[in-house]
Amino acid sequence: MPVSSPTPIRWDRQIQRRLARGEESALGELYDQFAPLVHGLANRVLGDQAAAEEITQDVFAHVWQHPESFDPAQGSMRSWIGTLTHRRAVERLRREAAGADAGLGCADGAPLEPPSVEEEVLAAATAARVQYIVSSLPQALRETLLLTYFGGRTYRQAAKELGIAPDTAKHRMRLGLQLLATALSTEPAL
Amino acid sequence: MSAADVEVGRLGSELHEGLRSLLGAWALDACTVQEATRLETHLLSCPACREEARQLRDAAGWLSADEPLDPEPSLRRQVLDGCLDRREPAFRVPAYAEPFVAETARLDALLRDLGELDWMEPATLRWHAGTEQRRPADVLCHLAAVDGVLARTLGLPDPTEGADLAERDARLCAAQAERQPTAVRALWRAQTRAVVETAALAPPDLAERLVDYGAFQLPLADAFLDRAFECWIHAEDIAEAVGYPYHPPRGAHIRSLIGLAARILPHVFPSGQPGAGRVVQLIVEGRGEGEWLIPVDAPGPPPPVDTLPTATVAIDGVEFCHLCAGRRDPHRIPAGITGDKELARALLAAAPLLSRP
Repeated sequence: MPVSSPTPIRWDRQIQRRLARGEESALGELYDQFAPLVHGLANRVLGDQAAAEEITQDVFAHVWQHPESFDPAQGSMRSWIGTLTHRRAVERLRREAAGADAGLGCADGAPLEPPSVEEEVLAAATAARVQYIVSSLPQALRETLLLTYFGGRTYRQAAKELGIAPDTAKHRMRLGLQLLATALSTEPAL
Repeated sequence: MSAADVEVGRLGSELHEGLRSLLGAWALDACTVQEATRLETHLLSCPACREEARQLRDAAGWLSADEPLDPEPSLRRQVLDGCLDRREPAFRVPAYAEPFVAETARLDALLRDLGELDWMEPATLRWHAGTEQRRPADVLCHLAAVDGVLARTLGLPDPTEGADLAERDARLCAAQAERQPTAVRALWRAQTRAVVETAALAPPDLAERLVDYGAFQLPLADAFLDRAFECWIHAEDIAEAVGYPYHPPRGAHIRSLIGLAARILPHVFPSGQPGAGRVVQLIVEGRGEGEWLIPVDAPGPPPPVDTLPTATVAIDGVEFCHLCAGRRDPHRIPAGITGDKELARALLAAAPLLSRP
């Protein structure tokens, strides 16, 4: 399972080299490896199949056109592609929300979607291990992380919704990710 | 705790602390553009923050477990074509390998969704002279053992050895029996990818090179179609065993598979009469729609398109593929027949002979 067995760094470098050489077969492998991640993440953030497909197209086109911008020193291919996807998805979500706000005159920072994100996320998570680690995070950290990551909120929006100070929100995000990073690095890989 | 609490280094200012406190929000894409830009500029000159940024970004990536629902299979071609329009590939995947790429990707997506118990479920493999029960990992060994003859032809390592397909299969199954299903899946998949990669890098005349199956030979291009065909059929067997839906290949790919069957059929046709020159016209409807002229008495290139057929068989494309795979009764399969009825029936009866154990 891709989630429990991170693709090795050697594969990352090889696929990058093959993409740079212009091998269509490398693009196909990359798609097969990461399309569920890209499409799934975009769909979770945006809640819209068609939009998720556009993001998927956009992310793979970017990687195909700029394979050199992947830097293995900064993290894995999976993490890079996840970042490209998440960024595009939240940008789009915020753009759409800004458009809706302008049209309807909504207050800034109004909830963007029903607050069931956390439950949905945990229910849908296929990776028992990641689910376990995330679910064992303290409640306050967990809800902040999930609301932000899947709800596409900025830390200021998240702070407002959770009724906490922006500094507290920032702190929870950092601490939550630190705990997750530590747990992931100490759990044995499958 | 991680790099967060280590010595800050030379940049111990408030500015550093202010930016450092943003790292979590940044890793979650939850800052403003201005904040992100300032932080990213800072990262260039601060190794401690850079290291923490890397760790937190990576941790954030794990929040998104792969969705259990895979994207539509049709999205694959769409996305790849979109990419190739923007940047021309230097090495294209040869057209003959496309059905293989698509079918192995579909099977792999199915395997990704299998739970621990699903891997224990025996699938029923059928061919014209029998059936066999195998667990999914053993089905993969079966596929990999035969894919191996293709790999060998391309100069890649052979996962097993020998000429006889059944022996190769048994040997690989035995060698992999103690291994985790995920390891077997990785072995099967790595080989499918390696053969495609190698074929894409090779000169075009490689398509003609003969692949030795032991009892017979096929040109490489046809061997890729043969492997795509078997991958699809056994993927269906696994899907049936675990109760997952599985769809037939795309129309264009079904058409290629039927073309392969039409080319091989004269070689296995038991009631061929050398010199009689009879020709069966195969009209395929539905998915894979098309027409083929099959020279049942003379294995070799197809007759000219204006040849008057001795008999005509009209049949559904997916049904015809299942017939060739030994999964349909040739005497019961719905088909429209005109001309020499006996010859047409003999062709339908011969189709399952294309199936192998």
